[in-house]
Amino acid sequence: MRIELAGLSLDPVRDLEQLTEFSFMAQALEAGAIVAVMAGAIGWFMVLRRQAFAGHTLSVVAFPGAAGATLAGLPLALGYFGACGGAALVLAAVSRPAGAGRAGESAAIGAVQAFGLGLGFLFVTLYSGQLNGLESLLFGTFLGITAAQVQTLLWVAVAALAALALIGRPLLFASVDEGVARAAGVPTGLLGLAFLLLLGLAVAATAQITGALLVFALLVTPAATAQQVTARPGRGLALSVGLALAVTWIGLAIAYFSPYPVGFWVTSLSFGAYVAVRLGRALLARRAEPLGVPA
Amino acid sequence: MSVEALRLDGATARRDARIVWSGVDLSVREGEFVAVLGPNGSGKSTLLHVLLGLLPPAEGTVTVLGGPPGAASSRIGYLPQRRGFESGTRVRGLDLVRLGLDGARWGFPLPAALSPAGRGAERRVAEVIELVGASAYASRPIGDLSGGEQQRLLIAQALVRRPRILLLDEPLDSLDLSNQGAVAALVQRICASEGVTVLLVAHDVNPILPYLDRVVYFAAGGGVAGTPREVITGPTLSSLYGVPVEVLETSDGRLVVVGTPEPPAHHHSRHEHAH
Repeated sequence: MRIELAGLSLDPVRDLEQLTEFSFMAQALEAGAIVAVMAGAIGWFMVLRRQAFAGHTLSVVAFPGAAGATLAGLPLALGYFGACGGAALVLAAVSRPAGAGRAGESAAIGAVQAFGLGLGFLFVTLYSGQLNGLESLLFGTFLGITAAQVQTLLWVAVAALAALALIGRPLLFASVDEGVARAAGVPTGLLGLAFLLLLGLAVAATAQITGALLVFALLVTPAATAQQVTARPGRGLALSVGLALAVTWIGLAIAYFSPYPVGFWVTSLSFGAYVAVRLGRALLARRAEPLGVPA
Repeated sequence: MSVEALRLDGATARRDARIVWSGVDLSVREGEFVAVLGPNGSGKSTLLHVLLGLLPPAEGTVTVLGGPPGAASSRIGYLPQRRGFESGTRVRGLDLVRLGLDGARWGFPLPAALSPAGRGAERRVAEVIELVGASAYASRPIGDLSGGEQQRLLIAQALVRRPRILLLDEPLDSLDLSNQGAVAALVQRICASEGVTVLLVAHDVNPILPYLDRVVYFAAGGGVAGTPREVITGPTLSSLYGVPVEVLETSDGRLVVVGTPEPPAHHHSRHEHAH
């Protein structure tokens, strides 16, 4: 299969000018950058806390939120933030008894997720078959972002990152070593709730441009890749943010010159980076292993 | 050495409706190495929770470093029970020890290059890791380390804020016998060199017996304290359990407690228990 790169001149300056020539593209790059930085940072904590399933549930719930807002004639953003914020509170409630059975917790989260999908289906059916709308709810509207949306995203991201910076160190402590953190006076329950709300905020903001199903390309994959590369918290966070930003911008750029959607490129690039890092680590581990000793 | 580090007077601990133990008197001086012994569910960890202020005593008084429990939490190092880190945990041992130093503080640490306080913190972390002999592997991810290596780093984490009291909940549980002795020797060395009071919850007294000053033995809703030779005897344990219990001493000085009223499953454990 030959990928048609319409209009690509291979002259970097001209191609860059082309990329930013239209305001929709400039806004997509801006919104993509904002969302990538926020998702990269919050996603790093999500992967560390092993809350990917909760993150996935929040992103699935973004879909009925948006569909419900469309049906009720409310602003889409309200649907996203309302649904994800509400779901974060529900998840915090079901995961309240700390350490008391992970299995019960993930089952409860799964139940929330299934119900969310069902609601979304209902709302879409009631809205009587707007299939175009459905596709963009699930897979995003990278290229239909307005300047006002970019503004909103920016404020949300600034608030979320400021909150994350404030709780960063105790949150890291509570995430890797909950019992000792609690004994040292860290309010671990409160931090867990605060983090789920931040995660909900990040998911709602990200889902508006990546769609409900591709949130994970920015939330989990760059963070998981970064944690494979380094066990140092500072470097891991920076790498996660950098990777999220890189896959978003490169994905947008490739999509501009190719007939395939942005979401596909962003997910493929982040997946490619993840696979490459895992393979590289496996090879390194193999080389470090003495010959003849099974791993 | 005569300063009292902690004291219980007629203390009762209750979890939900159940009384775990009652009428316990205990006085531990600074710099003592005390083992907390007893069968499963007898309230060994509960004692640590009471001393930390996580569980208020239902009756009696508890004093820790001259104040109520919980008031002194910054001067207590705590190592909770059975914390194996999953193999995927991508945080270095070094980071874990550092969190013990300032992890409860809001905000996020600046890079050490920009902050003198950060450099001081890094020096203290390196020093305490050296003290427990973990320098060789402290910068590897904690999930990749063996149980003994993790345990040394966790002891370093509990020690990093120069606590006056160290509460260690079954730190030897996941270790093989030679490592149990080595970690107990390390704890005694720290006790002596830093003047720290140590309460160590253990399942088996024998690997740590040579290093101990005193023991607290919990069973059947009560507890007694004293030197190992006073407490781990037939008469003392018989009156604690309320049934005849014998203590046998093997030729190499190991103590074996027989006749305790316990579920049969416990008699199939991997080595002799002191209960």
